[in-house]
Amino acid sequence: MNEVPIDKRGYTHPEVLVSTEWVAQRLGDAEGADLRIVESNEDPLVYPSGHIPGAVEIDWTRDLNDPLKRDYIGAEAFAALMTRLGITPRTTVVFYGDRNNWWAAYAYWVFQLFGHDKARLMDGGRLKWQQEGRPLVQQTPAPAAADYPVPARDDSVVRAFQVEVLAHVEAGRKLVDVRSPEEYSGERLHMPDFPNEGALRGGHIPGAASIPWARAVNSDGTFKSAAELRAIYQEEKALPRDEEVIVYCRIGERSSHSWFVLTHLLGFEKVRNYDGSWTEWGNSVGVPIER
Amino acid sequence: MPERLRALLDTLAMLEDRGDRIQFLIDVAERYREVPETVAARPFDDLHRVPHCESEAFVWAVPRPDGTLDFYFAVDNPQGVSAKAMAAILADTLSGAALEEVAAVPGELPFTIFGRELSMGKSMGLTSMLGRVQAEARRWSAATS
Repeated sequence: MNEVPIDKRGYTHPEVLVSTEWVAQRLGDAEGADLRIVESNEDPLVYPSGHIPGAVEIDWTRDLNDPLKRDYIGAEAFAALMTRLGITPRTTVVFYGDRNNWWAAYAYWVFQLFGHDKARLMDGGRLKWQQEGRPLVQQTPAPAAADYPVPARDDSVVRAFQVEVLAHVEAGRKLVDVRSPEEYSGERLHMPDFPNEGALRGGHIPGAASIPWARAVNSDGTFKSAAELRAIYQEEKALPRDEEVIVYCRIGERSSHSWFVLTHLLGFEKVRNYDGSWTEWGNSVGVPIER
Repeated sequence: MPERLRALLDTLAMLEDRGDRIQFLIDVAERYREVPETVAARPFDDLHRVPHCESEAFVWAVPRPDGTLDFYFAVDNPQGVSAKAMAAILADTLSGAALEEVAAVPGELPFTIFGRELSMGKSMGLTSMLGRVQAEARRWSAATS
């Protein structure tokens, strides 16, 4: 459990996290505060079964992915999504969700491709809100359409493509594999129809350190303190704060969570998320693999 | 295909609106009941754990006098709504069904129920729940034939 207030945990950018209490205090005046609460889950049944009053949903598959090619939506679709959800470039967006905010962190990260930096994560996510006995409702809000000019999408700052990862590996730079130890070692059992989680080869990108994403959170889903996180990422795994680091997992969702930790909580200077991740690398011809 | 499962899939197929399907599945999830203590008590034996299921699901099969099986589940993730819906569906529609019919249920069932947009992690867990049930059906079928 983490009862230490967010601003006392030593994070580099504590302002990117808000507490469940912070959200609860603003429920009545979200519009006045130009605030939008966004729930984002892995399980599509969770939001409709009950959510924070006034919260809208962003579904990773339907809302953030391009319907045809493997990519995120373009800038125009993003602006249309913001308009539908009642979000302007000035709106503070607070993300939360199931599974320790794993998909919420993913949505947060995708928002950064479009430069929406007025974004926050609710510490502890949906489970903490629920366990505190706070209200959940099934009623879906209908926000008034907002004006969101089509932004410029910039993938260069927080996103890494395979060719960039290859150069990164060749330069001997640091990577973090945030999947389970079994996925990292390539030992994970095959499932019918899903050989090695949708990849033809198992293992990890050469030189990657194994730091499963969930090591960054406490049992109640809140983030560990900066000192605890430093002990894992900087001391145990010797990741340099001032050098380029690339994080990856299977499709880039769990690694968004670790990207958030390294970038915002520990203040790493240049962290990029390789969203092609193992489903791209493990299916690619000729790329190096380590086991 | 077991008759009760066929009936459920027919009902689902008639729900064209995504919101209606979701509400139907949420209602199904509310019918989920954890395995009774007469069958299994906490802490649950790892032998009954469903591999790859992120919602910490467990499966038990208990034989009936007629040679069919009753299936019981536990889902530890309080937010595992889909896992609970899957558990309720498998318990309701496959308990008491002919073992060879249970073993022959198509592996794509999770997609038929939850839709094509299931994340890979989610589909692996749900497919795995079905797989555990089918493995039990095959095991009992082999043991009694």
